[in-house]
Amino acid sequence: MPAQTLDEPIRRFREFLGPGSVITDPVRLRTYECDGLTHHRAVPAVVVLPESAEQVAAVVRVCDEHGVPFVARGAGTGLSGGALPRTDGVLIVTSRMRRILSVDLANRRAVVEPGVTNLAITEAVRDQGYYYAPDPSSQQVCSIGGNVAENSGGAHCLKHGFTVNHVLALEIVTPQGEIVELSAADPGYDLLGAFIGSEGTLGIATKVTVRLTRAPRNVTTLLAAFDGVERGGQAVSAIIGGGILPSAIEMMDALAIEAAEAAVACSYPEGAGAVLIVELDGPVEEVAHELGEVTRICRESGAFALRTAADPAERAAVWKGRKSAFAAVGRISPAYIVQDGVVPRTALPEVLASIDRLSREHGIRVANVFHAGDGNLHPLVLFDDREPGAGERAELVSGRILDLCVEYGGSITGEHGVGVDKSRYMTKMFSDDDLDTMQLVRCAFDPRGLSNPGKVFPTPRLCGEVPGVRRGVHPLVESGRAEQF
Amino acid sequence: MDALRRTGVTIRKAGPGDAVAGVTPRLVALPETTGEVAALLRVSAEHDLAVVPAGEGTKLGWGAPPERCDLLIDTCCLTLDGRSTVEHAPGDLVVRVSAGVPAATLASLPGPSGLRQELALDTPLPGGTVGGTLATAIAGPRRLRYGTARDLLIGATVVLADGTIATSGGRVVKNVAGYDLGKLFCGSYGTLGVITEAIFRLHPVPTARRWIVATLPSPAAPGAGGGPDATAGPRALVAGLVTGLASSQAEPSAIELDWPAPHGDLTLAVLVEGRAAEERALPLRDLIGGHILGDGAHVSDRPPPWWNTLPGEEVLLELRFPPAEAGDALRAVAARGLPARVRGSVASGVLHVAPPPALGGPELSAFVSSVRDDLGRLGGGVIVLAVPPEPGRTVERWGPVGALPLMRRIKERFDPGRRMSPGRFAGGI
Ligand SMILES: Cc1cc2nc3c(=O)[nH]c(=O)nc-3n(C[C@H](O)[C@H](O)[C@H](O)COP(=O)(O)OP(=O)(O)OC[C@H]3O[C@@H](n4cnc5c(N)ncnc54)[C@H](O)[C@@H]3O)c2cc1C
Repeated sequence: MPAQTLDEPIRRFREFLGPGSVITDPVRLRTYECDGLTHHRAVPAVVVLPESAEQVAAVVRVCDEHGVPFVARGAGTGLSGGALPRTDGVLIVTSRMRRILSVDLANRRAVVEPGVTNLAITEAVRDQGYYYAPDPSSQQVCSIGGNVAENSGGAHCLKHGFTVNHVLALEIVTPQGEIVELSAADPGYDLLGAFIGSEGTLGIATKVTVRLTRAPRNVTTLLAAFDGVERGGQAVSAIIGGGILPSAIEMMDALAIEAAEAAVACSYPEGAGAVLIVELDGPVEEVAHELGEVTRICRESGAFALRTAADPAERAAVWKGRKSAFAAVGRISPAYIVQDGVVPRTALPEVLASIDRLSREHGIRVANVFHAGDGNLHPLVLFDDREPGAGERAELVSGRILDLCVEYGGSITGEHGVGVDKSRYMTKMFSDDDLDTMQLVRCAFDPRGLSNPGKVFPTPRLCGEVPGVRRGVHPLVESGRAEQF
Repeated sequence: MDALRRTGVTIRKAGPGDAVAGVTPRLVALPETTGEVAALLRVSAEHDLAVVPAGEGTKLGWGAPPERCDLLIDTCCLTLDGRSTVEHAPGDLVVRVSAGVPAATLASLPGPSGLRQELALDTPLPGGTVGGTLATAIAGPRRLRYGTARDLLIGATVVLADGTIATSGGRVVKNVAGYDLGKLFCGSYGTLGVITEAIFRLHPVPTARRWIVATLPSPAAPGAGGGPDATAGPRALVAGLVTGLASSQAEPSAIELDWPAPHGDLTLAVLVEGRAAEERALPLRDLIGGHILGDGAHVSDRPPPWWNTLPGEEVLLELRFPPAEAGDALRAVAARGLPARVRGSVASGVLHVAPPPALGGPELSAFVSSVRDDLGRLGGGVIVLAVPPEPGRTVERWGPVGALPLMRRIKERFDPGRRMSPGRFAGGI
């Protein structure tokens, strides 16, 4: 759609949002051209900064009226290009919706606006002994609205679950501009569950009711050093197989350790080809028992050095290397791709060996930092962007890693989402029928396809098209209740 | 009929024993694979047959009667690949099952080194199938710790009204690719299609379990002080205990109550499981003991007899409320003075209520609507899970459902011909 046709919507936005909440200045628009996946860029036609659900709904209704696509944006930390704007559309940014509306400790829940950061929720209740469990590494900046859209996890989701397990209700603005409440307490289809993780394609979350979790009595962190990922992997299997569910099990390989040491001098045991970080939380007696078990298992699997951190300072020291790993890789390589894929935990050793082979075949270094407990790989594919062809080779290796994940019955994304980045891989995981069925959900929420179009699905069918068996005109179209686009 | 037979699927004539909430289908089909279900549904689409999927039938009386029902698809004989019904990957703590498998089968599976694994989903109805458990979104005591079926479901295969087979999710716990169709089918009462397969994450079976059981005075009984609101004391006691227990760092897995309303004593039972269960039970026992007089609470290695059972069969309501309002929710039940059995997951804000089965339509409707009004004021709601056909005709089963218009649009997309369990859910869905 040519930009001038947005004149009327923009005029309306200014009218009900006020001129200070509508950005059209090209320089300011630029700051919104990408999210955390910076090689996809598009300058939005207009950015709006609503302050309430009603304002979001009003914006969306104007978009609906004029057939203008819109994209929601939280903090813009997404790593799959989910918040990539449309040059012909509106970017709806939630940065002015940052109020914690209520904290109800008796019912262990809080109601917050979508722009509130993940960590702000925990900070609001920490002194009373509670926290918000899902903890993406980006938690200081990422918004709860973005977490809802991506169904974000974190290192501790192994035991505590993902966003979808901790959101009790949502207020959403549908792509047609209605304000609707989706609640886990409602009977019928689990629309709450369907909305969470839909990457902004089913509407915009304007209020989020989250579950607050009682802080565990005890947290203990163990660092175990192995000669390589193979033995570390054995330890992971033995821990899980032994009936222990740690809150987190993270692994770093030699290259990732090297990068972390160079960046933050985390002083992991010398000569480690892999380190495992195992965190246990819960009642004191339980943690004490499990720590003994995990220590024994790590020793038996060949750990040559073990460190236990029992207070926050020691714990921070253990996590320091892990938390800095992504950024640290930037110091040992001019450029890198962060990949996100999942394999069944038992396939980890084979998949890591295959990644190693791929890496050598193509002369592309891969650093592995991953959530080992649930098989969520985050290979960092390193390359020199000044070297001709290196970028392409890195892309190839990165893509082949996803193929491996699918081959082993895993997933093309464990937490970063599909966005624009991986929509072309969706057909590797899902059949046309699967995707068409998902599209039915999309069409129910968003018949005109205006909410974050072009994300998640590879060339989706239009809502009027009937998938699978052809049945002639859709009854809704026939009865005039829907239009065909 | 002929067309259905041509699918090669075993078909038989239905009898009164096959009735769905009082409506007897014409035929019953016993498909053995997802492909056969798809074939049946394609034929049904061509001949405009109304279809109701069914498992063991433990909850077939739940939900409204279907407006019509030509074909009952019995999932009893479904398999994953023509042979097995359960595919367990112990190293990954994942299980893939066909929908007709009794959920209780998954309560104890062999794991590595002699340990057992379980689907941490209690099923209050013995014999209930995986498909039926998902479709009715029923869950038992440990929902407090592990959530409900939707929280443990990681993949699903469904067949839509037109015979399309769709799969979403997968066999890994962490996965955010595409929409989660499995969740959409949770609580769908068969109105979107047939669930044929599910993949769940499993948990290790806890090494030990302890129950802390205590008896409390009826929350409808007048407290010591008397005065204008004499029952405030006992009600506050329940609410305070529930809040205290739920936020305990001993991390209980379940907090249940059983109460013969309006005058009986209330029993509270708390489950602690895992390592050091005995030691962890003690602070919880003391916490309860600090609130109540008399014998206090005792710790047992066995559940009370009513644990993980429903308080009634014929007429059954489900109450939802913010857990800290438990005392007022109980009062709402007692307010009409009817004898009713109340039981359920009080700390999750979910209770089941069995009013007297003999209650006539008007009395039941009055009971439901008064409890619903009171719970509405607390920020909760009431649904009627089960009710015999006669009083069922007049009682409003669902109450207000905020997202009903959206659910309707989902239904229109998935089943435009309204052939899947038509009318079983709210708003004629
Ligand atoms: C350093 C770093 C570490 C990270 N670590 C993790 C991690 O450990 N685990 C993890 O899961 N992710 C991680 N991420 C990814 C990212 O932080 C998460 O996906 C996060 O949830 C995105 O939140 P955001 O507010 O930045 O969303 P944005 O990037 O602004 O948007 C993400 C998506 O959400 C949609 N959206 C935003 N707000 C709304 C709303 N209110 N309603 C509907 N849709 C909306 C957007 O349209 C877009 O599709 C990491 C990212 C970085 C940069």
